[in-house]
Amino acid sequence: MADQGRSPRSAPGLEPDGTDRRRFLGYLLAAPTLVVAVQLGAETADPQMAEAAIPSPPEPAELMDLGDVLTLAALPTSSLISITMSPDGTASFALPRAEVGQGITTAIAMLIAEELDLPLDKVEITLADARPELVFNQFTGSSNTIRSMYHPVRTAAAIARARLLSTAARQWSVPVSSLTVDQGVIKSKSGTTATYGSLAVAAASTRLTAVSAQPKPESKFTLVGTPQNRIDAHDIVTGNKKFTLDLDVCPGAKPTMVRRPPTINGTVESVPNMAAVTSMPGITDVAVVSTGVAVRGETFGQCIDAVRALKVTWGAGSVDGESDDTVLRKLKAATLPLAAPPLLTHSIDAEFVFAFASNSALETNNAIADVKPDRAEIWSGLKSPIDAQETIAKKLGLPQHAVTVHVAQGGGSFGRKLFFDAALEAAEISQKMGRPVKLMWHRTDDFRHGRAHPMSYSRIRANYALGNVVSYEQRHTSVATDFTHGLGEILTATAAKLPVGGLGFSETVFELTQEVPYNFGPTTQLLNEVPLKFHTGSMRDVYSPNVVCARELVVDQLAATMGKDPVAFRRSFLKKGRYRAVLDKLAEVGQWGTSMPEGTAQGVAVHAEFKGCTAVLVEIDCRPETTGRRIRDAVTGPRITKAVMVVDVGRPINPRGLEAQMLGCVNDGIGLALTESLHIQKGLPLEGSWDNFFYTRQWNTPADVQIIVMPATTGDPGGAGELGVAGSFAAVACAYARATGKMPTSFPINHGTLSFDPLPREPSIPQSPTDGLDYAY
Amino acid sequence: MPQHTFILNGAKVTVDAPDDLRLLWVLRDILGVTGPKYGCGLDVCKACTCHINGKAFNPCSVPISYIKPTDEITTIEGLADKKTGALHPMQQAWLDYDVAQCGYCQPGQIMAAIAKVKQARSAGHEIGEADFDEIRNICRCGTYFRIREAVRSAATKM
Ligand code: FES
Ligand code: FES
Repeated sequence: MADQGRSPRSAPGLEPDGTDRRRFLGYLLAAPTLVVAVQLGAETADPQMAEAAIPSPPEPAELMDLGDVLTLAALPTSSLISITMSPDGTASFALPRAEVGQGITTAIAMLIAEELDLPLDKVEITLADARPELVFNQFTGSSNTIRSMYHPVRTAAAIARARLLSTAARQWSVPVSSLTVDQGVIKSKSGTTATYGSLAVAAASTRLTAVSAQPKPESKFTLVGTPQNRIDAHDIVTGNKKFTLDLDVCPGAKPTMVRRPPTINGTVESVPNMAAVTSMPGITDVAVVSTGVAVRGETFGQCIDAVRALKVTWGAGSVDGESDDTVLRKLKAATLPLAAPPLLTHSIDAEFVFAFASNSALETNNAIADVKPDRAEIWSGLKSPIDAQETIAKKLGLPQHAVTVHVAQGGGSFGRKLFFDAALEAAEISQKMGRPVKLMWHRTDDFRHGRAHPMSYSRIRANYALGNVVSYEQRHTSVATDFTHGLGEILTATAAKLPVGGLGFSETVFELTQEVPYNFGPTTQLLNEVPLKFHTGSMRDVYSPNVVCARELVVDQLAATMGKDPVAFRRSFLKKGRYRAVLDKLAEVGQWGTSMPEGTAQGVAVHAEFKGCTAVLVEIDCRPETTGRRIRDAVTGPRITKAVMVVDVGRPINPRGLEAQMLGCVNDGIGLALTESLHIQKGLPLEGSWDNFFYTRQWNTPADVQIIVMPATTGDPGGAGELGVAGSFAAVACAYARATGKMPTSFPINHGTLSFDPLPREPSIPQSPTDGLDYAY
Repeated sequence: MPQHTFILNGAKVTVDAPDDLRLLWVLRDILGVTGPKYGCGLDVCKACTCHINGKAFNPCSVPISYIKPTDEITTIEGLADKKTGALHPMQQAWLDYDVAQCGYCQPGQIMAAIAKVKQARSAGHEIGEADFDEIRNICRCGTYFRIREAVRSAATKM
């Protein structure tokens, strides 16, 4: 049986060895130096054939997933991305995506360096401003960047290389085939050399010329697929990497903060002491805006004082009556029914609850905005800059082209930067005050009024008979996830081409992302949503972490009921050879089956998505001496002592960067399973600091982590940024169940206990402490 | 407006600032030193970690009036050798282990790690698991494991 789900052998233009030898079209642009452009999105998605020996008909996510949709959406747009060769020998490329820590600038630089035979440090990647003509091509989501940029970027670089070679050949009157390139230096047989930089001007074109090129066969890659460090690492460790609030780009953009309501979406009724606050030291402006009351001043410290000094009467918010228990009741009531079990089968029924969780990054929401009567300029870490530009223009009453949106380096995203809440708010504030602003959200607001992954409830029924799982059903019910950040439009525009018809956005995303990797007979997974007006969004993947955690716990139950080992059981039902290979490697490296002391256990889980697959093994320690560890203002609890992940992304571009992403996913999974959640009480999350929202800390993280990147399997790079969360979450949950002998059904497991004293609701932000020196070490 | 003098990355600086303004805002908003990041302003996330006379501390939680003219404040910008640009062994280890992801927490992580290694030493031992478990700095990108590897390696060169 073939190992690859999407057999490249059948695709037209491919060599018998599976390498891609198609020619791609690009353009030489008329410019003073060599500039090569290609049309982004000209690559047709290859709907793959699923390989299923035993009948679980392929699910939509296997045929075409969300990443394919994003690629497909780009097809009709004529949009050029370009590589510029400068006389100083650097190749530069403005990436129409956001870098928020996922390492895409490094991976794209590697593709360009590979194709050009140029040292990696001679490739410069910047982040492009919002370019409306790119339409759907400037959306950083669903781990789609490398998947959609792989062919276009390589094509552009291949054309540039060919042009530089032909320029040298012409100058030296020798055939191109006699030339070689090493590290950006062209050499003739007779030993004459010329650098790319010295040829950049001569190679420039005087008119737009269409040319085609054949990128290097993948078998000849020497850089792509090898581990490389991040290209921005030096700037980071010296403090020179500039995030939005570090930028000195807009004279007069002064610190600005907002006093926010005591419940989500509460509205300002009156501000009796507005004048008094305006005359506080350092404060320049105070203005009522749609999200609260904004203050602008000389320093953020003075803004904090002013925000706290404001007296505000508030109108009701949008979810004032909602708390964890009321939301859960609504979710249960809205859950779609399961089918009745067939005759002569046994069933496992299970239900799980997943709390709200914040997708807050370490950098809080922020933006710089300078709004003038006839134009506006915005800087922010944005993953959907075109949508931001359009929405901001509408809000300001300006034409879209009058709004310039610059994409800044982002300090983490995890779904948060798909939205542009701070950019929109900063624009409104700047317009109201008539001055440029540098808006920063307070940490407490970022948890309480920022986006959160919504609470969900999952019911599963698995039927089994005669040593086989004969059907699998999952009904997932979630508070509605907000997709109004450009993805919604993309889905509308491509609706007719999708393998799922007539569904709303959320259901479509669900169908396009959820894949059960096992042959469990007829399989249905359905989503229903409860539309409550919380601020929601995805969180390093949309549905998978919760859906997969629930599923893998049930898989363990099935294995136990049927008297099978969890790894052997999974192995026997996995659909693809690729998945089995990943699991086998995991069992070997992770030493599955090692005997463990009582109160500790191993757990294992498998997850397939984004045309990739991961398997995760963790070891957990639930013994009292571990769970009872006392650390100031912290949650300790069970400790993951070891984590092993095997990941197959089809074709790894930068294995070291991929490992880094998976390492982050492991820590996300640990937090989601054990410690990290929002408690909703009367319309507001209680969490207001990192000592309330218990994302994984050093005292929770394993001291032993191994990430194994599988060599290229399908040949096409799959998505990676989010791939590892679901498996990690599920593996921790499964390990916990095995260590304690009880399957957990509510996540994170500590959600039932409030482990901190909530900060007050009013004023919305706390004052900074003054005793910092007492903790110096 | 009161004047405050201290030593910043080896050079004497004087600023006009209200007494209770936290040092983080003096650094970032008045002096334009943006290496120390804001992550909470609550002495929790540790993204703003700097050194005062060689010890790690969080300037978001220290009023400027608490800083004496003789106090030496070091930010991430002051770690590398000024003349040669040579990195501190901890910064170099961060490169060797490719620790950073988004990078937002990393200036604070590096400053905290240096102090932690020294603290362990003055307590008579090399940095180990128990010390790592005491580092409170958040890394929302989850780079904790590589941080541990890098710190261990840097410690042998410090
Ligand atoms: S900003 Fe200083 S500790 Fe968080
Ligand atoms: S690298 Fe992003 S928060 Fe640490």
